[in-house]
Amino acid sequence: MGVTLLLDVVIGGLIMGGLYALIAVGLSLQYGVARVLNVSHGEFIMLGAFATYSLYTLFGINPFLSLVISGPIVFIIGFLIHRALFQRLRSSSPSMVAFEGNSLLAAFGLLFIIQNIVLLFYGPSIKGYTYLSNAVNLFEALFAVNRLVALLFAVVIGVTFYLFLVRTRLGKAIRAAAQDMNTAQLMGVDIHKVLGLCFALGAFMAGLAGSLLSMMFEITPQMGLPYTIIAIIAVVLGGLGNILGSLVGGLILGLIGNVVMYIHPGLSLIAYYIIFLLLLLIRPTGILGK
Amino acid sequence: MDSEGRAIPKKFLSLVLLFLILILFAAAPRYVLPYHIISLTSIFMYITLTVSWAVFSGPTQYMSLASAAFFGIGIYISAILGKVLFLPVVIGLGGFISFLLALLVGLSSLRLKGMYFTIFTFGLSELIRHFVRWWEVNQTGTVGRWVVHVNPKVVYYVMLVIVLMTLAVSYMIKRSKFGLALRSIGQSEEAADHIGINVNAVKIVIFAISTFFMGAAGAIMATRWTYIDPSIAFNPLFSFMPVLMAIFGGIGNIYGQILGAAVLTFLADVLLTKFPYYYMLLYGIIMVIVVLFLPNGIIGLKEKILKLWTADRMRLYANT
Repeated sequence: MGVTLLLDVVIGGLIMGGLYALIAVGLSLQYGVARVLNVSHGEFIMLGAFATYSLYTLFGINPFLSLVISGPIVFIIGFLIHRALFQRLRSSSPSMVAFEGNSLLAAFGLLFIIQNIVLLFYGPSIKGYTYLSNAVNLFEALFAVNRLVALLFAVVIGVTFYLFLVRTRLGKAIRAAAQDMNTAQLMGVDIHKVLGLCFALGAFMAGLAGSLLSMMFEITPQMGLPYTIIAIIAVVLGGLGNILGSLVGGLILGLIGNVVMYIHPGLSLIAYYIIFLLLLLIRPTGILGK
Repeated sequence: MDSEGRAIPKKFLSLVLLFLILILFAAAPRYVLPYHIISLTSIFMYITLTVSWAVFSGPTQYMSLASAAFFGIGIYISAILGKVLFLPVVIGLGGFISFLLALLVGLSSLRLKGMYFTIFTFGLSELIRHFVRWWEVNQTGTVGRWVVHVNPKVVYYVMLVIVLMTLAVSYMIKRSKFGLALRSIGQSEEAADHIGINVNAVKIVIFAISTFFMGAAGAIMATRWTYIDPSIAFNPLFSFMPVLMAIFGGIGNIYGQILGAAVLTFLADVLLTKFPYYYMLLYGIIMVIVVLFLPNGIIGLKEKILKLWTADRMRLYANT
């Protein structure tokens, strides 16, 4: 019984944590590196979820296969948005503070735009589909197959991204830009390209996470905001500008959320906020920060 | 310039103008349609939110996204106490509780600078929203509440009084030494500290005072909606709108703030009635366009045009 409950909580937490980690890394790229506190991050998750949902229900495309389609679509949307909106704001804003404020507002406008476009096409009703929802028994603890596969995918995506960040030249440029944008530019990093890429990659991660989420939960055009909040908390938890820190932050949040869910469902979001506010007050540089 | 000769008549003139406008607004319910009274009330509400937001966030550049929390608290005070207490008391309490909460928020978030302050305030109002929802579902058993109905004309006059008080206080703070202190904090907090400004005290007190009016506005506006729940009362829109309106009009200028709030509220009203399905979409687009093309607001645009115009004239003179 004890082992079952423990497995239930831990694996359940890992599944959510893995997805949160993807979402958080995405926002970390956008906020930590590109300095855009993208409150419409959750809307990109929603876009990924709706893309996968549509591909599956209309064309019968395997949800896992649809990652290959939904990810790049969201990536391109993200890249174009950064080009048209945030890059302009960057060059027109007099200071970094002004840019952060302006881009936050613009992102809030974007939230409305994306959400309402999807709302116009799909309507406000809750949507969902079942795929691989049969249960697996792990020491008496029951898990739907799709959740375990989603966890696997999240791990694979996370590891791939980690390798990209650590092993490639572009990854190095991103890390350099995260540390110090001006110096990175002086060292010959094409900062516009890197920032645009970071924003698009952030959207890409959100889209992938959304695709995976659509297998596990019902989806609505308004599903995004809670995920955005979770991502913001995870990013602050991991330390601003620390991309790998937000990966860890996401995992921790998933675990905590699942534990709180067992104590009292409905309190998990409140628990997140309290952790978040306390963290900001006590250690604004994050648990892994300097 | 001829400032000596014109200073007094100009001041006198603006006072007369102000008085006339006041009479106009005070007499409005007698002459215009009930529908317009409701629109005007919304405009007053957003002017109150925008101006009181800008009292603190404008000069200091600390962007607060907690307006919804203070406004929502006013709404809930009204929903809970509206049936047992006299209306002015409820409104005063709404303001006062907001004031107290703001003191608490100010005290706890002093160390936070820039974006950290912004996300803290945002997180705080979301926390309050979710907590109230959780409380209502688990302790009271219902999500929403009914608010006592008040005659729209009464709501209009109360809102008019609140907006006038907000404007007066904003004007007084700006002209006082506190306004100067706030501006110096915005330019350089360390320097302000060094020249002997009690930075923390000024920030907290002004922040708290500015939220009083948000709470009061919430308390009276609640009576208009009759039914409220946490997502209505603590709608994040109430946090973002004042910022957008202030930017749209021009943050540093009180006329800009009033203009921004009035124009955008009016626009929202028109959009909502003309395109109910595309309303939010259009509003999002407006938001993005405002930030992108009007970073200094309407007032900034006016100055830009004036500058262009005078430059043009100079060139004309140069040519002749």
